[in-house]
Amino acid sequence: MNALANIQNWLDERFGWDELMAFVRHKTVPTHRFSYFYFLGGMTLFLFGIQVATGILLLLYYRPTPDGAFESVQYIMTNVPFGWLIRSIHSWGANVMILTAIAHMFSVFFLKSYRKPRELTWLSGMILLFLVLGFGFSGYLLPWNMLSLFATKVGTDMAAQVPWIGHWILVFLRGGDDVTGATLTRFFGMHVAVLPGLATLFIGLHLVLVQRFGMSVPPGVEADWKAHPEKARELRFFPNFLLRELMAWYIALAVLGCLAAFKPWELGTKADLFASAPAGIRPEWYFMFMFQTLRFLPAKIGPFAGDLLGVLGFGAAAAVWTLLPFFDNDKRGRGKRWIAGVGVFALAYFVGMTVYAYLAG
Amino acid sequence: MQSKDESGRGWNLANGDRSRRTEIRSALVVWCLAFLFWAPRLAAQTKNSCLDCHSSLEGAMRVTAESLQGDIHAQKGITCTGCHGGDASSDDKSKSMSAAAEYRGRLDRKQIPELCAKCHSDAAYMRGSNPSLRTDQLSEYHASVHGQMLAKGDEKVAVCTDCHGVHDILPPDDPRSSVYPINVAATCGKCHANAEYMKAYNIPTDQLSLYNASVHHTELVEKGDLSAPTCSTCHGSHGAAPPGVKSVANVCSTCHMIQGQMYAAGPHKKAFETMGLGGCVTCHTNHKIEHPTDALIGTGAGAVCLNCHIEGDTGYGPANQMHQELTDLDAAIRRSNDILTRAEEAGVEVGEAQLELNEARDDMTKARVEIHTVTLSQIDPDIQAGMQVTQETWKAGQAALAEGSYRRKGLLFSVAAVLLVLIGLWLKIRDLEADDDSANTKEEKQ
Amino acid sequence: MPDIGKNEGREERRRFVEAFLGMGVVASIASFLYPVLRYIIPPKQVELDASLVLAARAGDLKPNSGKIFRFGSRPAILILTSDGKYHALSAVCTHLGCTVQYLPDQHEVWCPCHNGKYTVDGANISGPPPRPLQEFDVILKGNEIYAQRPQNS
Repeated sequence: MNALANIQNWLDERFGWDELMAFVRHKTVPTHRFSYFYFLGGMTLFLFGIQVATGILLLLYYRPTPDGAFESVQYIMTNVPFGWLIRSIHSWGANVMILTAIAHMFSVFFLKSYRKPRELTWLSGMILLFLVLGFGFSGYLLPWNMLSLFATKVGTDMAAQVPWIGHWILVFLRGGDDVTGATLTRFFGMHVAVLPGLATLFIGLHLVLVQRFGMSVPPGVEADWKAHPEKARELRFFPNFLLRELMAWYIALAVLGCLAAFKPWELGTKADLFASAPAGIRPEWYFMFMFQTLRFLPAKIGPFAGDLLGVLGFGAAAAVWTLLPFFDNDKRGRGKRWIAGVGVFALAYFVGMTVYAYLAG
Repeated sequence: MQSKDESGRGWNLANGDRSRRTEIRSALVVWCLAFLFWAPRLAAQTKNSCLDCHSSLEGAMRVTAESLQGDIHAQKGITCTGCHGGDASSDDKSKSMSAAAEYRGRLDRKQIPELCAKCHSDAAYMRGSNPSLRTDQLSEYHASVHGQMLAKGDEKVAVCTDCHGVHDILPPDDPRSSVYPINVAATCGKCHANAEYMKAYNIPTDQLSLYNASVHHTELVEKGDLSAPTCSTCHGSHGAAPPGVKSVANVCSTCHMIQGQMYAAGPHKKAFETMGLGGCVTCHTNHKIEHPTDALIGTGAGAVCLNCHIEGDTGYGPANQMHQELTDLDAAIRRSNDILTRAEEAGVEVGEAQLELNEARDDMTKARVEIHTVTLSQIDPDIQAGMQVTQETWKAGQAALAEGSYRRKGLLFSVAAVLLVLIGLWLKIRDLEADDDSANTKEEKQ
Repeated sequence: MPDIGKNEGREERRRFVEAFLGMGVVASIASFLYPVLRYIIPPKQVELDASLVLAARAGDLKPNSGKIFRFGSRPAILILTSDGKYHALSAVCTHLGCTVQYLPDQHEVWCPCHNGKYTVDGANISGPPPRPLQEFDVILKGNEIYAQRPQNS
């Protein structure tokens, strides 16, 4: 044990290790009936780590060209030992991570953790959510099969709806007027370099802010504890909460393993730039609610194109949602009640539209 | 001297009335231009007194400009008088429909082929209109059953207008034409499927309904493959006649060349000729040609071999064996396909093996073609090659299933390890917090 | 005394739990690392290239003959004509997908299914095929003959 103490000493002399450890040891996590939601953030971080690890492994064999993309993924699935496992974990992991990210966002919303002083934490979190959706969208093209190709076409077409700069955005995203090999190169660059860089930055910021302000307690519980201080309960972060979090992470690993073994991600058919769209193209599930909304909107609403209003509407909604803490600045610290109503509507809309889109086919 | 017209204005040009002169000059220019502009249109709308009258008649005599619109002859400038004679410039019936104007009136059916041939067999004339059209239709027609019977005086048989139309003739490559490949069978069927009409001829009238149930009809009409045969492909169009027992195999062989060669190399050709049976059609029928199945060969239900062969003769045994080999390979391919599908559903990639299985399917196709030699030693090599492939793909399928179960075992091990960890963590947490009050620090203590 | 016993009991329990947890963690990490390590080691078959394929070696084909080879997932045909030129075409007939072959006597590519015919450059000249056969570029490297998908896709 002397060796360990020596190392600790060495680190402390240079980095203030003991101070850091003291901080970690003092960090606590409030315990109440909503405490389980505290796992969601860490889970998203863990899954992001899984994505980075499996992503780096995939990079050892993947080729980002129209001639090589599909074939290299096929190679990974058939020739590389456990390639099927790494690839399927990456594909499933992406979906599970997006699910936990969205769940994390909604739980923060409903538990009102975005209130003062945590506004920037919410802001950085929303930016992270958009980055994660960007990861999903850019990654979806990389296997270069028919579904990816057309989902990308439809998705980038929506970008062109933005007034004035829409076409420029489309050309920027696609690397040209159409979805081609140039698009693949660009999306690959985004997916493995640009987005990870930005994500690292914002995750760092997000985590620092979370450490700075500690865990927020929901307004109801807060009021209850104020009135009855003996009810307030806490858990030490290290090792108690961390051990529990580790359990959750292990469960997540087991789930990903089962998904990969029982439902490996399919190859599809290689993308053919000249073929017409196959029946039933649709984006991934996390974009379905927007896709379905646009399908509902009539071609023209007054003098405006239906799609245009839809895209602008979602843009406005996203902007308002991101600036939420600045709307909900109730001086009493409890937050406005009707905001919860808006959140319920948003969640119901998201779930309802997604389910409907799948049922309608 | 002054001359006046009725309006009282003077026309004294000689007196140098300048404005008057300019006026007249402009009027002349306008009239010339108008004439130049309208003249071609006037020329095109040359008087057609036939249409003028017949567009107002009813029934069979009614012909309008609209009905002539798509007609190929009208488009080329050949109108009523080209076939019916007469004078289209005069509204007076005694002039327009006179013998002097060579009016032929309603044409006698017997005369129609010769009349059409007046232009269509004149190569020099046709060259000026459509140089790539053939000009031997009349001589072909003379060789056809229709032509021969017409020569004998039977006016019920088909003449040019029965198939091509009269005043609305479209080129054969126009999809609306009655002789566009997809429409040919229905056109022939107008007579040949009419039992009443064909009563006197003692030939069947079920050819159209049989053909419509055939694989050739499906390919042509439903899938739009214009290379698939219709009535005229096998019977000829202008020279239409049944191919005849001796030559029917040649007809089928124009597309099904290998099957024809195989048949010629086998014992059936001579045997059928001796018995006066036609090649191909004896087993496959002529109009209701369906996609053959392996059941067609052998001695079981639906086998055509039994039509001639009986138990114990030279063909009976081989027929059985050939059927057995074909069905064996078919079953082997199915088995391999099943196992590969199961492996695929279990999540293992089997694309390569599935592609290889296609080679076995190719071998199956080859065997089914060589079966026309009705010689066991001919189909054997292909059957064996196919069986080899099915064996290899079967092994590949088994390996894939094994890989699938290996994955599940690995997963089980991982999940077991994860469960151990979960239990360990839970125990550790319990241990830590068992009587450790400091785990739940209360805020007041601080 | 009872306290010491209790403490010893607790100590034992803690050690057992930690050993148990340790084993579990090691087992789980092994089960995660094993696939990753095997994945990192490259497999024997290094490439699955669908755009450049080795069709044959010099001497495999006699003049005026053809050979079927696999290009990606479909059959293809390599022909050596009498003038010493190599031609590489897709062997999938454009009519109904049968595999074509080379007829040396007619110097033509022929489909046995419905008698379709193509030239050695792939042009459909007779019978049902509606479109020509896809041509591949032929690249000679030493004594190896490669077929490559044309670069204009």
